[in-house]
Amino acid sequence: MVMHSPDRQDNRGPWTSAVILGGLALLAAGLLALTERYARPKIIENQRAVVLRSLNEVMPVDTYDNNLLDDFTTVVDIELLGTSEPVTVYRARRNGEPAGVVMNPVAPNGYGGPIRLLVGINSDGTIAGVRVIEHRETPRLGGDDIEIEKSSWITSFNDRSLTNPETEGWAVKKDGGVYDQFTGATITPRAIVQAVHNALLYYDANSERLFNQE
Amino acid sequence: MPVTSAEIVRDGLWDNNVGLVQLLGLCPLLAVSNTVVNGLGLGLATMFVLLLSNTTVSLIRPLLRPEIRIVVFVLVIASLVTSVELLMNAHFHDLYESLGIFIPLIVTNCAIISRAEAFASRQPVGRAALDGLMTGIGFAAVLVTLGALRELLGRGSLFVHAQMIFGDGAQALTLQLFDRGFLLAVLPPGAFIGLGLLIAVKNVIDGRRARKVSPAILQPKAQAG
Repeated sequence: MVMHSPDRQDNRGPWTSAVILGGLALLAAGLLALTERYARPKIIENQRAVVLRSLNEVMPVDTYDNNLLDDFTTVVDIELLGTSEPVTVYRARRNGEPAGVVMNPVAPNGYGGPIRLLVGINSDGTIAGVRVIEHRETPRLGGDDIEIEKSSWITSFNDRSLTNPETEGWAVKKDGGVYDQFTGATITPRAIVQAVHNALLYYDANSERLFNQE
Repeated sequence: MPVTSAEIVRDGLWDNNVGLVQLLGLCPLLAVSNTVVNGLGLGLATMFVLLLSNTTVSLIRPLLRPEIRIVVFVLVIASLVTSVELLMNAHFHDLYESLGIFIPLIVTNCAIISRAEAFASRQPVGRAALDGLMTGIGFAAVLVTLGALRELLGRGSLFVHAQMIFGDGAQALTLQLFDRGFLLAVLPPGAFIGLGLLIAVKNVIDGRRARKVSPAILQPKAQAG
């Protein structure tokens, strides 16, 4: 059986161990540095692709011709955007003219906590698309119905605007609005409907500034 | 300890399987085996790390003194896992996102350090590499089997998200056999029950085999040496 050959090594002092360990640590650090250097650009590219893919879900790729990922600004509006954190607003332009924005407001009053949204608004004030990007709603009690993979409910916002329907229509049917609620779950859709409406109000009041702000 | 290459292979894949016999690395095994693709992804990553760590440990075994041995194993395994993590992030980004924390947690899979300590640090490089590969395949096979079992029962599908490993176009591999599955299977308790069933099946097979070959055991095994 092949075993350690301890007698050959063990009569050397502790410094030998320290040097061996140090040397191996340097090699390991070198390996990691090389791998990192090779992988980093690809990782950044992947992350950008992931963000762009989700932006394009709410702002179709044929509606703009600028580099959406790099044309953004951040704004803060606790009242209408639902969070005290800065909200990123991506600006879609076509031939240099405003085509629309994508922003990620929060519906602060979900059943399981804040619901993070991605809302695309065309420059004419109509909704290009809405997606839920993060939530803690109960699955099967609203939590499933707001995910695009499991339900098409979230697409009922498409083409809506501040005048379609008028303000009183921006509610779930139970509250006299036009949007469906889910069986056993009214809080979730109510929160989202309100947040999307608020996002439209914010855009309406600030669209000029959004496109010019650095 | 296995002596011939055939024994190393059989040990890693079956007789001493990490998942079914040694029950090492249960945390990733149970957490990630909810679909075939997740199981295969983590299985391959773990296999890759095992192969490389066994090879590296065997290569540097003349330098391994008792007082720094374990530290060196941890160093080797941690840097290999971090490299694999970076490479997966670069080349299999969706799979990387889907496996999440369980990729860095490969470091804590005791199967890897146990193979380094018990085998690779005492064996020449070829045998150590073979052992790492076989142990890894054995672990991956359990992950994939358990993943298939749970995905099939829990979601009624197989190979969901196949494109995460095999690239675009592999969506065609996904089979949806029936619609609403048995929810328990995809939840953590389902993983324990599933693993228990797999171990039971293995024990039954081994039991049958032992009965079949038991007459042979009575004969002297001198020709094996």
